[in-house]
Amino acid sequence: MQEILSTLPQVLLDGLTLGAIYAVVALGYTMVYGILELINFAHGEIFMAGAFIGTALLFGFVDIGLALNWVTLVLVLIFASLLTGVIGVGIERVAYRPLRTAPKLIPLISAVGISFILQDVVRFVAEYKTGNYIVTGQTIFENKIAIPAFSVGGYEVHASAIKSNTLIVIGIAVLIMIVLDIFVNRTKWGIAMRAVAQDRATAALMGINVNKVISLTFFIGSAIGGATGVLYAQQYATINPFIGFILGLKAFTAAVLGGIGNIRGAMFGGLLIGLLEVFAAANLGILTGGALGAEYKDVFAFIILILVLIFKPAGLFGQAVKEKV
Amino acid sequence: MKKLTSLFSNSRTFQSVLILLIVLCASTSLYLMDKSVTSFLLLLCSFLLLYYTTFSNWIKWGVGALIAFAVIPVAASGGPSQQVYMEVAVMAGIYIAMALGLNIVVGFAGLLDLGFVAFFALGAYVYGIFASPQAQALFQNSSIFPLGGESFWLFIIIGALVAALFGIILGVPVLRVKGDYLAIVTLGFGEIIRIVFNNLDKPVNITNGALGISGIPQPKLFGFTFTQSSHIYFVVLIVLGFVIYAVRRFEDSKLGRSWKAIREDEIASQAMGIPLVKTKLWAFALGASFSGMMGVLFAAKNQFVDPTSFTLLESITILVMVILGGMGSVPGVILGAAIISILNLQILTEITLFLTQNLHVPEVFSPAKMQRLLFGLVLVGIAIYRPQGLIPAKNKTYKIADLKAKLTQKKGKSKETTTSI
Repeated sequence: MQEILSTLPQVLLDGLTLGAIYAVVALGYTMVYGILELINFAHGEIFMAGAFIGTALLFGFVDIGLALNWVTLVLVLIFASLLTGVIGVGIERVAYRPLRTAPKLIPLISAVGISFILQDVVRFVAEYKTGNYIVTGQTIFENKIAIPAFSVGGYEVHASAIKSNTLIVIGIAVLIMIVLDIFVNRTKWGIAMRAVAQDRATAALMGINVNKVISLTFFIGSAIGGATGVLYAQQYATINPFIGFILGLKAFTAAVLGGIGNIRGAMFGGLLIGLLEVFAAANLGILTGGALGAEYKDVFAFIILILVLIFKPAGLFGQAVKEKV
Repeated sequence: MKKLTSLFSNSRTFQSVLILLIVLCASTSLYLMDKSVTSFLLLLCSFLLLYYTTFSNWIKWGVGALIAFAVIPVAASGGPSQQVYMEVAVMAGIYIAMALGLNIVVGFAGLLDLGFVAFFALGAYVYGIFASPQAQALFQNSSIFPLGGESFWLFIIIGALVAALFGIILGVPVLRVKGDYLAIVTLGFGEIIRIVFNNLDKPVNITNGALGISGIPQPKLFGFTFTQSSHIYFVVLIVLGFVIYAVRRFEDSKLGRSWKAIREDEIASQAMGIPLVKTKLWAFALGASFSGMMGVLFAAKNQFVDPTSFTLLESITILVMVILGGMGSVPGVILGAAIISILNLQILTEITLFLTQNLHVPEVFSPAKMQRLLFGLVLVGIAIYRPQGLIPAKNKTYKIADLKAKLTQKKGKSKETTTSI
């Protein structure tokens, strides 16, 4: 108990950071699923592409002698999200739109294919440019804010430290979520998006340009996914072309946990899974007496997914949907 | 070209002469030349040609078996690279059987399984743990372990059963909900199995962790040990033959027809009285069991298993085989699996060798590294342009008149019996 508690502030902070990243990536899954009923397997790879684009841009900025500060970070975020947004729209146009009327299995296969193509293209470019596909990027905000040790009710709590970057990650992620929530619930385009998600044919009859709305959904989902990639690269410094796969899996779990198609649910699910994962990584060894170590942290998200599917397939905030015949 | 195809489809003499010619040419050149990938491929192409002939099924199977059991091993034995060819043939056989297993899940039942290699890993580890000295370390005061190579034959069945069991355990929670979740759950399961095998060296050392299990015995039968790939080849052929037979029987059975019905329309088939979960579980368990079976073979062939053989890339490779060949089409899947595994094992490595050694192309451009890109392109391309695959699936057709005749015959008989009573 003492051991767990003493590291708790650090665990909570790390968990919140990771959870914020999962939450934003989960938004991309949930938006696309809500509107097309398609698991966009390539979304994790778009996140990864965002991380690489951001890192490449920062390298470029350093080369031309720009100072790395607030302005560069904002520039990189904007550029990377625009680019990944365009990639997302392109993927939808090339690989999903022709298959909209096909049996359900076919677009899933196409999505898996796209995700493999993205992985390999990024790997190729990275390896060609740097000689190694594992890339360590530039970190803009490296200074740490220390939180001193203190004791609560007789329990010692160790000192913990936050990278100032952590605050930025959490801040931007929260900002993205709030803006998206307002966009979907308050604006005209947001209403159109929800209408298409509810009933595509009727929405079209009401004068909504369905293809445009779907493209917009992909753009937004991919853009925020790419921006999160940039934040991830800032936070963890080392990236490789395969980070998107397992992270995508966890983000999808977050989306299912929150009720797929439900945007607020995805945010909550992401935070919960991030916290659980970091808690497990830090304390699994202590709780099981050393039998299970931090290696099993990836198993957690998966077990949560299975449990949710058994006991509450509609997710925590979703409504059970009856299939239309 | 048109003339040629029409000649081929109309004249049986032409067909038999052509196949004989190809088999003869390919096998003699394979026998005489030291390393000739082209002739090896040509020899394999004769199977495809055989499939398109108009002979009766019995003749096709007979000739096919003759080529597989006699011509290929003899022709390959000519040079020092015999074991290379046989190794490729063995791996191709293992992949074909696995692809046929996945075809039940993806092709017949229409459930996307992205972690199929997990069942392969289960089979491989079950044999690896109990047949190697690893088991001795696990059960220290037991004298029966390690089970030797004689137990291999039993483990083919055990591997299949264990894989099927895990398929059911995984399938029960997932198959009750929507089908698309299955893809992501199996994706996760494939990864989890790898992580678990990678870390199961503590607290109790079961899988020896990332180091893998070595010293797995080769199959033994009546004192004969199958040491070389050219020996294992025959084991693979027999198992593969069984798998093909089983899959074909399943396809036309009541179960197989229910799978296809579910694939086409879940709600309608449920309305027709097909138990959805049970039928899907059967597909899942049967597909997994083929994979587990081949896992045992794989472990025995390599004498070594470690978690790196069971990555996501492997699962996707098998999926690409099924999609490329044609979902639900047994000959198509065999063709797809053969193409992809030979591409992977021989053609890509040959091209890479040629590029880096003769043209001094930097290693980044080597096509062997671009498997993911290649597979991705195949998946997207097939999904958009030819979803039915290279050889589209054919449903068995029934002539209504024949069925009616049978029915009246039966009715007549039953009437007779009732009247006689």
